[in-house]
Amino acid sequence: MRDALGRIRTVLVLGGDSDIGVATARRLITDRGADTVILAGRDQERLRVRQDELKRVGAQTVDTVHFDALDPPQQHRSTIDEIWADRGDIDVTLLAFGTLGDQLRDEQDAQRAVEVINTNFTGAVSVSIPVAQRLRTQGHGVLVVLSTIAAVQARRTNFIYGASKAGLDAFARGLGDALHGTGAHVQVVRPGFVHTQMTEGMDEAPFSVTSDDVAQAILDGLDRDVIHVPAPVGAIAAVLRNLPRPLVRRLPR
Amino acid sequence: MCPDGRGTRRVLTGWGRTAPTGADVVVPLGADEVATHLEGAATARGTVARGLGRSYGDAAQNAGGTVLDMTSLRGIQHADLDRGRIEVDAGVSLGDIMRWTVPRGWFPTVTPGTRFVTVGGAIAADIHGKNHHIDGTFTASVDTMTLHTPQGDFDLTPDDELFWATAGGMGLTGVVTRATVELTPVDTAYMRVDTERAGDLDDLMARMSDRDDDYRYSVAWIDCLATGKQLGRGVLTRGDHATIGDLPTTLEADPLSYEPTQPLAAPPWAPDGLLNRLTVRAFNELWFRKAPQRRTSGIQSIPTFFHPLDAVKGWNRMYGSSGFLQYQFVVPLGHESALQGIIERLADAQVASFLAVLKRFGPSNQAPLSFPIEGWTLALDLPVHRQSHILTGLLASFDRVVAEAGGRVYLAKDARLDPELLPVMYPDLDRWRQIRDRVDPDHTLTSDLDRRLDLTGRNT
Repeated sequence: MRDALGRIRTVLVLGGDSDIGVATARRLITDRGADTVILAGRDQERLRVRQDELKRVGAQTVDTVHFDALDPPQQHRSTIDEIWADRGDIDVTLLAFGTLGDQLRDEQDAQRAVEVINTNFTGAVSVSIPVAQRLRTQGHGVLVVLSTIAAVQARRTNFIYGASKAGLDAFARGLGDALHGTGAHVQVVRPGFVHTQMTEGMDEAPFSVTSDDVAQAILDGLDRDVIHVPAPVGAIAAVLRNLPRPLVRRLPR
Repeated sequence: MCPDGRGTRRVLTGWGRTAPTGADVVVPLGADEVATHLEGAATARGTVARGLGRSYGDAAQNAGGTVLDMTSLRGIQHADLDRGRIEVDAGVSLGDIMRWTVPRGWFPTVTPGTRFVTVGGAIAADIHGKNHHIDGTFTASVDTMTLHTPQGDFDLTPDDELFWATAGGMGLTGVVTRATVELTPVDTAYMRVDTERAGDLDDLMARMSDRDDDYRYSVAWIDCLATGKQLGRGVLTRGDHATIGDLPTTLEADPLSYEPTQPLAAPPWAPDGLLNRLTVRAFNELWFRKAPQRRTSGIQSIPTFFHPLDAVKGWNRMYGSSGFLQYQFVVPLGHESALQGIIERLADAQVASFLAVLKRFGPSNQAPLSFPIEGWTLALDLPVHRQSHILTGLLASFDRVVAEAGGRVYLAKDARLDPELLPVMYPDLDRWRQIRDRVDPDHTLTSDLDRRLDLTGRNT
């Protein structure tokens, strides 16, 4: 339950090894008094490393839970049910999992392309629905959905990833509308280029930010529907979106 | 009540407009429906009653659960004006009572700074007014109350411990549907008011200690931005109900005329940060200078003296979209240095409190969770900004000072206390929980305040 000065108690990170997810959880612990974190992810060994990291910055309780975006919806539902049964109300749920894929390879291999879509879009829809039901029932709480600026304007170099996130972005905004007036809220986060393990080795784009920058922006804009990180990339994306296609194709990267 | 009894989902906040949550709001059509609801309401997320929503924090919200909108129960049931008693439904406001009783020469014995509070809410928060040093809290002026609980209905008098557990019990002992309230006889609808300036905090407190008992009503306003030699400067207003002889001839013809109005309304939106350090400083300077240097007497109307902010409808919106909180604490007599220290730190931090009100309380009553104890209480209205960490740290440090001095913060206004300090500030908490648990063993009664502070001890 959030208090008047933004203090919260409980955080769920879906994609518990995500750099942005963990950075946000860390900020919620240090700046907002969160004391309980549930890290849900595939690789339990890596989750344990994250668990230690969050305990070091002051979390009293850090649970690790198995979660795979590619599991079937029934599995997602029972995972969510168990988390809520164990920990009661969740104040902030971060939907932070996702895969970038390998654009050039994936556009030649339908199986791989579908896996990107299934992780970033289908899996996110599948787990968001039971989360949203829980939030509606508890009458408060925020679902933070990690989208991307590529969801606004997918480029030649990332359109499979961009398409999956565009679907997620539209779904999350609609879900926010559906929850409006229930006390629960959805925040869609569209970062530009973020230095994370996902983007390691890639060429840096202009306006690049760190995971902690994204975390800070999430905390500052927790009541907002859509945020861009850093703020100017929102305006840039809006311009790109309205450029004629031939021009977009000629832009660098 | 809606056909399925589950109500309509609404997003609710307290008067400070912070921390909104959604609840299913049920409008009961009478005490019977309240009783039926409570007996069948053992839902996972429980129930709490709500009146006019003047608690600043989250006392009358219940995320995901049910909120009973008690303003539907607003009948005046019986009046015995020979004895100065009025029996009303719990959703009746003090304004409703005054509109009926003042022209007949009676005044509610205790009224807070707004007339827009229900009798049920006044009991649940055990509110106080400017006459606490003489008349005690609101519940001290209550003869009887009808309380509905999951374990049945009770007609309570001050001989019952459940009566006192309900006073200040923040709605967590049950739902009050009716009460008999004691009234005070008045000759006129006016107040004879003495106003004086005090140059600093010591001066102000000395004046209050010396002569408060000569007046039925006493309160001081403090300029929390003043520093150095002027630290804690303020304006002291004290008064009594005026007699006919006190009134100017123009008012003598109709001495009991009581017609409160709301000539102003705050705009539906106000720019964030409108009440900032500069505007508050300007206001404070003006307010201080407006007050006479030497004591002067004057005649004021009831709304002007008791309920000045009620003249502006929705004044809470002036704090902008992120809302505000009120921090009110009390420290016992003998711990004036704690009060002084807090005012100093507030002035040093230059945190602008638009309204800072100082009052000397009389002795406490026997209610385990009633806020007032004999000592000094200070109430601060503080805007909440996005970057609220400065306020978070400052108020947390005030909490510690208050707790160490044997004081407490007011739960009806709280929106951010550290739950660990609750049993320190309210040492009778366990006794209250025992009385409460007998009428609500399954924890059907709950609220966001309860969830946040674990008042009812569900998790301990």
